[in-house]
Amino acid sequence: MASTFAEKILSAKSGVDAVQPGQIVTVSPDHLLSHDNTAAIIGKISDELGRFGLCRKDLHVIVLDHVVPASSETAANNHKVIRKYVKDYGIEHFFDVGEGICHQVLVEQGLARPGSLIVGSDSHTCTYGALGVFATGIDRTEAAALILTGQMWLKVPQSIKVTLAGELSRAVSAKDLVLSIIGDIGADGATYCSVEFHGNVGALTMDDRLTISNMGVEMGAKTAVFPIDSVGETFLSGLGADGGEPVWADADAGYSRHLEYDLAEIEPVVACPHTVDNLAPVTDLAETKIDQCLLGTCTNGRACDLAVAAEILKGKSIAGGVRLLVLPASRKELAKAMADGTIQTLIDAGAMLLPTGCGPCLGAHLGVLAPGERCLSTANRNFKGRMGCKEAEIFLASPATVAASALHGCISDPRNEL
Amino acid sequence: MKVWKYGDDINTDMLFPGKYTYTCATAEEILPHLLEDLDENFAGQVAPGDVILAGKNFGCGSSREQPVVGLKSAGIEAVIAKSFARIFYRAAINQGLLLIECAQAVDAYTDGEEISLDVNAGRIAIAGRQFNFPTLPDEILAIRQAGGLLPYARAKLEKSK
Repeated sequence: MASTFAEKILSAKSGVDAVQPGQIVTVSPDHLLSHDNTAAIIGKISDELGRFGLCRKDLHVIVLDHVVPASSETAANNHKVIRKYVKDYGIEHFFDVGEGICHQVLVEQGLARPGSLIVGSDSHTCTYGALGVFATGIDRTEAAALILTGQMWLKVPQSIKVTLAGELSRAVSAKDLVLSIIGDIGADGATYCSVEFHGNVGALTMDDRLTISNMGVEMGAKTAVFPIDSVGETFLSGLGADGGEPVWADADAGYSRHLEYDLAEIEPVVACPHTVDNLAPVTDLAETKIDQCLLGTCTNGRACDLAVAAEILKGKSIAGGVRLLVLPASRKELAKAMADGTIQTLIDAGAMLLPTGCGPCLGAHLGVLAPGERCLSTANRNFKGRMGCKEAEIFLASPATVAASALHGCISDPRNEL
Repeated sequence: MKVWKYGDDINTDMLFPGKYTYTCATAEEILPHLLEDLDENFAGQVAPGDVILAGKNFGCGSSREQPVVGLKSAGIEAVIAKSFARIFYRAAINQGLLLIECAQAVDAYTDGEEISLDVNAGRIAIAGRQFNFPTLPDEILAIRQAGGLLPYARAKLEKSK
């Protein structure tokens, strides 16, 4: 029987043949991700941990990234509790502060294997769909139960097929593509669905696919996935993580919805306050003054993203009155960007380099906004109050748009710069 | 019973600001900040038995569970919405918070009307009109009936020991 990606993975992970959308199955995920919230998770089950122990030492992947380095005694103590848990229980996959943002680190460490099932107590766990992983976010209580039992129920989702054709134009990026899709179908357009990307996926680099899958939850998707092609194989081989068993949909699988996009028709866009689907073409927002630009995060903090910005800002200075914060997605991506002069170029242009981590994206620290301020960000969410102040406004865009805007002090079209 | 009525796409930042995510974990810490950026009256005035009525995509955004823990602890009887985001829906099952997806009931409600719920039968009554809503599959009902996922998991682990 023809099956979608989700149907195949959930069938394999539950041991149930031929699952149908709507069916409840019990699965054993390959990995569980958590971050600074690990202390809160294990705090729920301290008695049970003592009595029953961990289900599996290699299940849990912990990355400290949300408030790093610790901004307060509370945050520092939170990290201390987590390090103790890692030591006491022999957690195999632990990455301390400074390694990077959890979703980037999990991928870099080769823990996102095609055909696997990964859940995480972070809504952007869907990022690993770029590597053909069924990856989805869960809450802390689910994570706690998983640590003990290793199992959870999942409902088999319907699937949406997105077919891509053509190539992205100059100065237009994967971020513009995924924002355009969200703008078209809405923040709940893919609710409960597995979104599969088909067609000319070869036009997208692995970095592009990570950006797109990362944003899957912003259209309500359970998971947002790509097939493994030669781009994927090369990427995995570079990590020493090849040898997995990629899964992909059958040619005649059934979908609840079909979408088609000609990449050449995508233009630079901006998600306006206060929802991700509140889209406008960048040209509609010309001269919207901005106070802060955030270049980075798990969505667009890789070396290639920073390099696009550096190309626009090379030999120039950002506009007076604008703060440009650079937030690399990981230590490794930062090292790449240092080696090729990207960081130097950004610093020379007036940027401020932040430690790799989540910081400003969720208003935790390092770039919180004041009432009345506007931030143009490469992050994935612009909800009211997200960057720490409900009287501030957050706009989302691509790295190229953010760099062009930092140059001029107002939202600007990157096609005029590249 | 007070009915708190909100619109579409009520996200988890509106329900509980992200800046408190790593400083508030217990119900006592969460309650004062519930719906802080959406409705400044909610935290001080919510009472057990109250109901929230909302549009589509309620609970979209982050996987933070403080909104669910807080609403459950505040004694919210049910959240009735046109649709729910999936991480929030799951978190509610895990905390034993009742979520009801019923667009017609939300559309039919006008301010001041009485709402009564018959959860087992899957029915809401609003000013004399009845609306049905889908009940949960047995496997998931068992989790809510156990009081949430952790009580359910504990019972299973005890049994297998």
